[in-house]
Amino acid sequence: MTAPELQAVGKMTRRRALKVAAASAALPLVHIRSGRAAGKLSIAFWDHWVPAGNAAMQKQVDAWAAKNHVEVQADFITSNGQKNILTIAAEHQARTGHDVQTFPTWEVHNNADMIEPIDDVMKRLTDKYGQVNQVCEYLAKVNGKWLAVPTSSGTQYKGPCGRISVLKEKAGLDVVSIYPARDEHTAASDAWTWAAHYKAAEACAKAGMPFAIGLGQTTDSVDFAGTLFRAYGAELVDKDGNITVKSDKVRAVLEHAQTLVKVLPDDAVSYDDASNNRALISGKSALIWNPPSAWAVAKRDAPQVAADCWTFPAPTGPEGRFLPYLPYFWGVWSFSQNKTAGKELIEALMQREPVEQRCTEVSGYDVPPFTTMLDFKVWSEVEPPKGTVYNYPIRPFHKASAHIAAMPAPPEIAVQIYNRGTMPTMLAKLKSGQSIDQVVSWASDELEGFAR
Amino acid sequence: MADGTSVPIDVIAPARVRARRNTMQRFAQRRSTTGFLLCLPLILLIAAFVIYPAFYAIYLSMLNKKMTAFVGLGNFQFLLKRHTFQLVIFQSCLFAVTSVVLKAVIGFILAHLMHNIPGKNQRIWRGLLLVPWVIPLALSTLTWWWMFDPSYSAFNWVLNQFGIANVPWLGVGWTARFCTIAVNVWYGTPFFMIMYLAALKSVPEQLYEAAAIDGANTIQKLFFVTLPMMRNIIAITVLFSLIVTFADFDIVRILTAGGPQDMTHVFATYAFQIGIQSGDIPLGAADSLFMFPILAFAAFFVLRGVTRRTKEIAA
Repeated sequence: MTAPELQAVGKMTRRRALKVAAASAALPLVHIRSGRAAGKLSIAFWDHWVPAGNAAMQKQVDAWAAKNHVEVQADFITSNGQKNILTIAAEHQARTGHDVQTFPTWEVHNNADMIEPIDDVMKRLTDKYGQVNQVCEYLAKVNGKWLAVPTSSGTQYKGPCGRISVLKEKAGLDVVSIYPARDEHTAASDAWTWAAHYKAAEACAKAGMPFAIGLGQTTDSVDFAGTLFRAYGAELVDKDGNITVKSDKVRAVLEHAQTLVKVLPDDAVSYDDASNNRALISGKSALIWNPPSAWAVAKRDAPQVAADCWTFPAPTGPEGRFLPYLPYFWGVWSFSQNKTAGKELIEALMQREPVEQRCTEVSGYDVPPFTTMLDFKVWSEVEPPKGTVYNYPIRPFHKASAHIAAMPAPPEIAVQIYNRGTMPTMLAKLKSGQSIDQVVSWASDELEGFAR
Repeated sequence: MADGTSVPIDVIAPARVRARRNTMQRFAQRRSTTGFLLCLPLILLIAAFVIYPAFYAIYLSMLNKKMTAFVGLGNFQFLLKRHTFQLVIFQSCLFAVTSVVLKAVIGFILAHLMHNIPGKNQRIWRGLLLVPWVIPLALSTLTWWWMFDPSYSAFNWVLNQFGIANVPWLGVGWTARFCTIAVNVWYGTPFFMIMYLAALKSVPEQLYEAAAIDGANTIQKLFFVTLPMMRNIIAITVLFSLIVTFADFDIVRILTAGGPQDMTHVFATYAFQIGIQSGDIPLGAADSLFMFPILAFAAFFVLRGVTRRTKEIAA
């Protein structure tokens, strides 16, 4: 210390000491109120399938960081080999890691005890952009509190993506006229039922171009089975946690599935999430249930296939039309050292303009959680053929709802139904020749184990 | 002191210090101390990355699902009642035992064939046959998976050339089990081969000569000379491989992820599915520790037998 400083310390009075203490105590409040000058922030994003997706995100993050004087470290963690889930589990156990994490589907519930509530951000976003769909609420609202913000990055629908010419020639299904690339409800769309889906699958299978629908245990298989079950109102476990697998509705859906599985490929039970894509791209399949990623790869590797693809809504069943929906969420860990900055960044990234910008960069793959954002131009502009993904997001005239397999079972049970692939395994057992009674009995035994 | 044996305190102290210093110097100069100090980094690594996680896993396996209460062996009891877990036990045993037996038999045959190849050629063949063991397992399993793939299966392409229909390699339970075991055997056989080859080379030639003088034929030489001399190495190799195969994750995870219909799950893949994917870490930990006491028990007896035989040979 210099002499004047020592002198100043020596002159410290009780009043001055109180002032200094009050100022010191107020200092952190300045940081809490705003992300500006808020130091460091680390965020883990999902590593996008479309390479341009990461670059667009990084650009937006850099711009926010520069504007708010925050040093942001953005990491892009792949979901290949479920590395993102492993990272989340490790950070949860170690109580350290990124400040902001990207939580896929069930991970918000799995880590609820360590995630900071984010109601304030959600309130501002929903006030501005309207409500999010019920799947987001089911997955990210725990005990009445929002724990994470549904994001568009990586969030996807998994409706049918079919070959226009094959469906028309082999099954008499003109998907372009049933679901044109404009806001128009057609009478033919009402006839797009699960029975029609089966007939088309049967006709295409006979022609050597089967519907490449998986019956494995990975998400594409689970999401397909989940939407089929929901269309028949078949719940394995109800919202109160009661096992309801021995019901007429479950029997009804299994009766339908018993015929459907016979026209699916022999190796459907060993499909992973890439098998269906490969089947479409290689020109061996008439239809898959997938986001436009398969079409995007086909555009590069098999342009003639891509130019023949059309994405459209799911068929309707006795209980309605439901589309598989797989959302991602952004949440702030409770152990984060910079929660305020984390929340501010999330809020900034979920504004309409950056969301649309990112969506455009990834050719419309990312679906925003807010229904008011489902009118981006990208879905009507990308090609070939023009309008191919116009009906990818749910539009009002589709009369469809988003759905995730196992909803509305309590999430701690649903996550096991989902990740253990209970529903597609039931279908796989039907394919292997087991009776409906055997399948129901097996599922009942499994579900008892999940409800511990 | 009055008896004259007393020594002033400032005289005895330096002597004690000198003695202690000498003891410390002797301790530091011992070969065992040097050995211990050289091993210390490894011991610390093992403590941090093996012993601590193992005890932590045991602790986790005794918690409830939300990890808020101690449930003792409740998770193990719960698992044993589940039909799927019973299937996992069966498959793990089938996978490990069949793989190890096949690896041991094929490795033994290959080692003998190799042993009879002369000079330089043996080195070439030995190098070639070690390739499966050297390639990172995840990478080679991905190649196998591509060959079994539903759309682009290389095996099916070959079958189709002969007019044979596609085989859903990973789509039917028993076929998928066969595929996982086949890949494990392909990967692990070179390890057995190299160990057995080393053992074969250490069998004294005089024993065979003596057996030949006694009129022993090839089979008799195998059973009464080769096998008894290789017993220790066979026991250790089988034990080591059994432990590693029971803990296998990569092959099943990459090839089938436990499917179809849970018919290829082994302990590790099932633990990953219930522990990491489904958020039930205590149950996953219990599942992964299930074979620990059995394998530890087996290891104790096998290693005791090895030690006993070594002493007999030395005597």
